[in-house]
Amino acid sequence: MLKFILRRVLQSIPLVIGVSIIAFGLMHLAPGGPLAVYTLNPTIQAQDIERIKVALGLDQPFHIQYLRWAAGMFSGTWGNTFFGGRPVLDVILERVPATLILMGSALSIAILLGTAIGMLGAVKRYSLFDYLATTGALFALSFPTFWFGLMAIYVFAVRLRWLPSGGMYDLGNEGDPIDLLIHLVLPTLVLALVLVATWSRYARSSFLEVIHQDYIRTARAKGLVERDVLMKHAFPNALVPLIALFGLQLPTLFSGALVTETIFGWPGMGRLFVDSLTMKEYPVLMGMMMFTALFVIVGNLLADIGVALADPRVRLE
Amino acid sequence: MSELAATTSLISIRGLKTYFPIRKGILSRVVDKVHAVDGVDLDVRRGEVLGVVGESGCGKTTLARTMLKLVEPTAGEIQFNGTDITHLSRREMAPLRRQMQIIFQDPFSSLNPRLTVGDILATPFEIHGLAEGQDMRDRVERLLMLVGLRPEAARRYPHEFSGGQRQRIGIARALALDPQLVVGDEPVSALDVSIQAQIINLLKRLQAELGLTYVLISHNLSVVSHIADRVAVMYLGRVVEIASRDELYFSALHPYTEALLSAAPSSVPGRKRDRIILKGDIPSPINPPSGCRFHPRCPKVMARCKTDDPALISPTAGSSHAVACHLHNP
Amino acid sequence: MRAALPQEEQTVLRVEDLRVQFKVAEGTLRAVDGVSFTLQHGKTLGVVGESGSGKTVSALSILRLLETPPAEIKSGRMLFGGRDILKLSGPEISEVRGREIAMIFQEPMTSLNPVKRVGVQVSEPLVRHLGLSPREARARSIQLFELVGIQAPAETIDRYPHELSGGMRQRVMIAMAIACEPKVLIADEPTTALDVTIQAQILDLIVGLQEKFGTAILLITHDLAVIAETAHRVAVMYAGRIVELADVKTIFEAPRHPYTQGLLRSIPQIVRNRPATLNEIPGMVPNLARLGGGCSFAGRCERVVDRCRLEAPPLEVIRPGHDVACWRANDV
Repeated sequence: MLKFILRRVLQSIPLVIGVSIIAFGLMHLAPGGPLAVYTLNPTIQAQDIERIKVALGLDQPFHIQYLRWAAGMFSGTWGNTFFGGRPVLDVILERVPATLILMGSALSIAILLGTAIGMLGAVKRYSLFDYLATTGALFALSFPTFWFGLMAIYVFAVRLRWLPSGGMYDLGNEGDPIDLLIHLVLPTLVLALVLVATWSRYARSSFLEVIHQDYIRTARAKGLVERDVLMKHAFPNALVPLIALFGLQLPTLFSGALVTETIFGWPGMGRLFVDSLTMKEYPVLMGMMMFTALFVIVGNLLADIGVALADPRVRLE
Repeated sequence: MSELAATTSLISIRGLKTYFPIRKGILSRVVDKVHAVDGVDLDVRRGEVLGVVGESGCGKTTLARTMLKLVEPTAGEIQFNGTDITHLSRREMAPLRRQMQIIFQDPFSSLNPRLTVGDILATPFEIHGLAEGQDMRDRVERLLMLVGLRPEAARRYPHEFSGGQRQRIGIARALALDPQLVVGDEPVSALDVSIQAQIINLLKRLQAELGLTYVLISHNLSVVSHIADRVAVMYLGRVVEIASRDELYFSALHPYTEALLSAAPSSVPGRKRDRIILKGDIPSPINPPSGCRFHPRCPKVMARCKTDDPALISPTAGSSHAVACHLHNP
Repeated sequence: MRAALPQEEQTVLRVEDLRVQFKVAEGTLRAVDGVSFTLQHGKTLGVVGESGSGKTVSALSILRLLETPPAEIKSGRMLFGGRDILKLSGPEISEVRGREIAMIFQEPMTSLNPVKRVGVQVSEPLVRHLGLSPREARARSIQLFELVGIQAPAETIDRYPHELSGGMRQRVMIAMAIACEPKVLIADEPTTALDVTIQAQILDLIVGLQEKFGTAILLITHDLAVIAETAHRVAVMYAGRIVELADVKTIFEAPRHPYTQGLLRSIPQIVRNRPATLNEIPGMVPNLARLGGGCSFAGRCERVVDRCRLEAPPLEVIRPGHDVACWRANDV
């Protein structure tokens, strides 16, 4: 087991390096290059740009630049923002908690509710419940998130005035957990809607495949009650692909939900990304790209390990 | 290889080994090998039916596929019709493939479900550029009738036929190019008993009509006994006994052959009291036992068997009955 | 007219006129079309038949393991311990399964849960039916492993199914089935997926267990040779019906139904003077969704007469203990 984990970790390292090279290269390929903010600005003179270039080490050959940047990444110096000159790492990290709260809530609801709905749909295939769940999932997946978000704001915030229309806290109430919860309701529900739909489809298909297997018939033949057949035999097997799915969705806990956060004005990573894009804030974008890449790789790793823990056949290799 | 062997043998195999690597580790290093075929000398005589029997892991299927170069041999030599084919590339093998064909075990998965039967049978002609148009359609029709199917079958799809009929189509496909050698890899194992008889009879009839040479791979000793001229028994990658059909079934020498024959349930009511029950499971071909490979399970094991690997030799000079056992070749 | 059932020594299970249908695209498939048999304490009834004979569906019906959307048990009675199994509720039948009637299946690899250790799987019926504690169940499982001839039982207990060979997995299935010492064991093609030398071991084991525990065994197989060795009585099934039912000696030495006769003659035997051709049964098994009114074997029968195509013969006693479903059973 340990060897398995070690092997996967070692396999990840070249992956991280590869992603970083691509990220770095992309930034240089962007129109105007890393100094686009300055070069595309007609008021700045050429020799000033040259001076900035030398100061930032941008006159060095590509691989030297890369190595210096990589070394910086490693040691925690992720550069400074163009606007404001703040350390990029700080800017990113201060957005993380907001994202974690929103995504964490949505994902938890999605997994629990989605798996339950999927499981029930599979066990009672073609029943009214299954039909409704399938149609509902299709509906939720067909309409764009921003539409749901705007509808939710219109109905609950504008018309009914039950819930606030955006933001994490009301002004002056920062840190109040009740206020946070009230602000959390709408964005979480909107986000969870799509996630539940996805999870319920995956769960249903995984369960369906499992309950037609021979070993489920054996479990019944042994006289186990139906509940035990489902929970002790079907569930652990159906869970395996779902664990893999969870690992793959883990990075979203940190990368956030772009559309939802923008609609609801939620100060998370998704918002940061959209804002940085608009402002061409490359250092932040690069930093976020690496951040996300790292979490995707970690998420995959956890997914692999999780599957190996759940399914003993995988450990064979 | 002797001249005589080369001319009467359609296939001559010497020292054949086929190993499959097992890769493990971060860099997929080869850590071990499956010794599927581990040193086989065999001649397939022109016009004969050679049965190859054995249980899982004995290497009979790998032997058949290596013989046809569907799998590349790891070591040894294969001669087909006097030509050394061991190291021929795929392109060089292409013209020879018309002479050597295979019938697969599973009639359900060995036919492409998206092609009509007519297309499936036309494919060999197309590949070798041997016929087209009406000529091809005529040949396909003749093939179908040869195996007992109606010409209308050419327009239908495999899923519309039963298992037995699909196996007939597989046989027709194998015979399309008039091969000299046909290898049957468990051709009737997946069929119902009452259909097996039909197919076995068909195979026998075709052999007589077309002068074919068969290598019949099977785990079913009764089927092989009905149709084979000679039988080779394999265990863990080696041939442990080879003899004419009568000699093998009624004067078996190797303890494994005896156990195999004894284990085969007979159609005589009542429990077999004198059955030889072998201990333990069939060992893995990854790490075969030392000395004689059968020694851990052999009811007649001697001290020598644990260290010395017996060679396949005829105990009686000049006889074609050979066995790899210290009991008979001291 | 229902065929008279043989003298009951100790009838443990009685199946009467079982009919099972499947809803398929073409219509209704009559998989089991009026099947009756009994199982006796300490004896084995072998049910032999080919694809579409209905033997597996019959076996699965006993424990009600069929998936009831496509399948439907149209009618019949299955009397066990004074009750009709078909009338039991869900919880009631789960009490019977594994405890009084147990089943082993053809493919031991897919029939065992791949993510659970084999010891746990064998312990489950012990905990469920006999109320053993997990520790007691574990100890008993080790004993059961020894009983079924698994080497190093204490270590094997903690293995996963994919770590064991085919023969060992089947032994695990057997251990699981006999754990609660059931009165009836249903074995559906228990050795078909195994090598010949292992098959011999497993058959030996099953017969030995029957001698020890007096279990009534229903052995389903397509292999007549397996039947010859292990069965006391034999039911030959074709297209959903029993066409012949007799003790094993009679079936092999003096069968009366043309299908049984054809089947026996078509099996290659290891004999010195081998025949030039094997006796074939021409044609194929009929489409069970389109069975007509006559005998379903009529299309392939060498002794067919007009009556056969119009009326299906019932299973009737032609001699005590020998039932045949054929209008011409008594024509020699």
